[in-house]
Amino acid sequence: MSIDLKTVKHISKLSRISLDEEKAKKLESDLNSIFKWIEQLNELKTENIEPLSSIVEAKLRLRKDEIKSKNIREEILKNSPDENKDFFVVPKVVE
Amino acid sequence: MSNIIDLSLSELVSNIKNKKISSNEATSAYVERSKKSRSLNAYNEETFDSALKKSTEFDSKPDLNKKLPGVPIAVKDLFCTKNVKTTASSKILNNFIPTYESTVTKNLWNDGAILLGKLNCDEFAMGSSNETSYFGNVISPIDKDLVPGGSSGGSASALAAKLTPATIGTDTGGSIRQPASFTGTVGLKPTYGSCSRYGIVAFASSLDQAGPMTRNVKDAALLLEVMSSFDNNDSTSVDFKRPMYSNDLSKNIKGKKIGIPKEYRVEGMSEEIEKLWEDGKKYLKDCGAEIIDVSLPHTKFALPTYYIVAPAEASSNLARYDGVKYGFRTEGDNLIDMYEKTRSAGFGDEVKRRIMIGTYVLSSGYYDAYYLKAQKVRRLIKNDFNNVFQKVDAILTPSTPSSAFKIGEKSNDPVSMYLNDIFTVPVNLAGLPGISIPAGLDKKGYPLGIQIIGKSFDEQNILNIAYSMEDKINFKFNLKEWWMNE
Repeated sequence: MSIDLKTVKHISKLSRISLDEEKAKKLESDLNSIFKWIEQLNELKTENIEPLSSIVEAKLRLRKDEIKSKNIREEILKNSPDENKDFFVVPKVVE
Repeated sequence: MSNIIDLSLSELVSNIKNKKISSNEATSAYVERSKKSRSLNAYNEETFDSALKKSTEFDSKPDLNKKLPGVPIAVKDLFCTKNVKTTASSKILNNFIPTYESTVTKNLWNDGAILLGKLNCDEFAMGSSNETSYFGNVISPIDKDLVPGGSSGGSASALAAKLTPATIGTDTGGSIRQPASFTGTVGLKPTYGSCSRYGIVAFASSLDQAGPMTRNVKDAALLLEVMSSFDNNDSTSVDFKRPMYSNDLSKNIKGKKIGIPKEYRVEGMSEEIEKLWEDGKKYLKDCGAEIIDVSLPHTKFALPTYYIVAPAEASSNLARYDGVKYGFRTEGDNLIDMYEKTRSAGFGDEVKRRIMIGTYVLSSGYYDAYYLKAQKVRRLIKNDFNNVFQKVDAILTPSTPSSAFKIGEKSNDPVSMYLNDIFTVPVNLAGLPGISIPAGLDKKGYPLGIQIIGKSFDEQNILNIAYSMEDKINFKFNLKEWWMNE
């Protein structure tokens, strides 16, 4: 299965990474060579194999839902890329 | 007495405990040497002044019961360090100053260690050569044209050049063991769940593990003992009784069964690697261990599986870098435009490539064919190890298919770069512990490593095997200090 330029642009949209034409073409060729190599997995029959999503297969621990950190508003906002350190600021979303 | 910088971590610790060396003397020695070694580009961030200050504070009230009393240590720039810039070697985190500390580094400081600085690595730990860093590639002290390996390349370079007595890295597909192998040092990837992932910049959450990088096996045991802890802040942290790895270290491996997997004898493997593997078997036999041929039939599928699973998890983990809450931002015409421009300008090419691979294999219509398929093959790979570990106590393999390559040699061919991790990746997919120790030199005089893989949470066993082999191998590398400026 080969990946065409249109698919590359679709993935770039889904990934929220803008690409210029040159980068998109480079990625088209990179992705095709990578996926060609990945295709060897199709040699394996895996119909009845249970997928493995985590190595730690024990049941996830439960814990009390309680507040552990208090008054950390400033800490949370400290690294905001916008000048305003009282809120996270984004471009206008609602007209 | 020999120079401070020539002491191993364990020797430095005992000298400090015996009051023969002060923390300030040790810290000054490493700061001075690090300053003369900037041409290696090993550090992203130097915290020399605060390290010197902390060492003086330590000496004024020394607590010599700590395991790393006043010992200066530089760490990979993937661990969040409170109030010290943490970038993951990415432009997108270039201005990020964490307001909290990772559990693993907190464990180091609680046991007396002092932060020397943050070490360069591949961007978001994605790479095998340290060439994907936003801050430029790291030079190997082994030779000026060589990569130190990756992704923990700055850690390996700093360790081999003696800019730090020991260091810590992270290993998602070989990022501790491969650079250790390239630089003639020891690198241990613990069992998944041994060291907390809390506060480590996430790459692929089901594979990432932090581990020690040291000058010898004893140091690795000591550092692992300090790093490893059960942590409620990491939902996959495993609560088990952690041994005192350094106290329990032993050279008695009599009767241990060691597996040699035939699938690791890959095409084009050099004679030198073949030989050091044979030597390894001989050393183990001399120690009273039994060598058993085994088979891990799905080995060749590990890399393609990894290059679905790891990018898939990465694409999800890196979705958080959107220019809103922290990190770098490029303004845009609207919210979506801002996201797209921020991520396009903030991520490097390899990171973008992996996000794109991950997004594709998780996207509608392709999920079953790629992601689900890879998870199934991952099960087969894990089953291979489970079967072999019915018969043996550990597995011996080369660490890498070759010695260190030259800067630029593989950077234009992603697949050939990925193939470098052929012997390390299966261990991450199965969540097992693996240690690489220096085993010899190739024809060019570059270091080569050998890897010992153990059962889950059986770090003590692979440490003991490595400890026994280390003696027999008696690895020597004549480090010429060509990079130092006076």
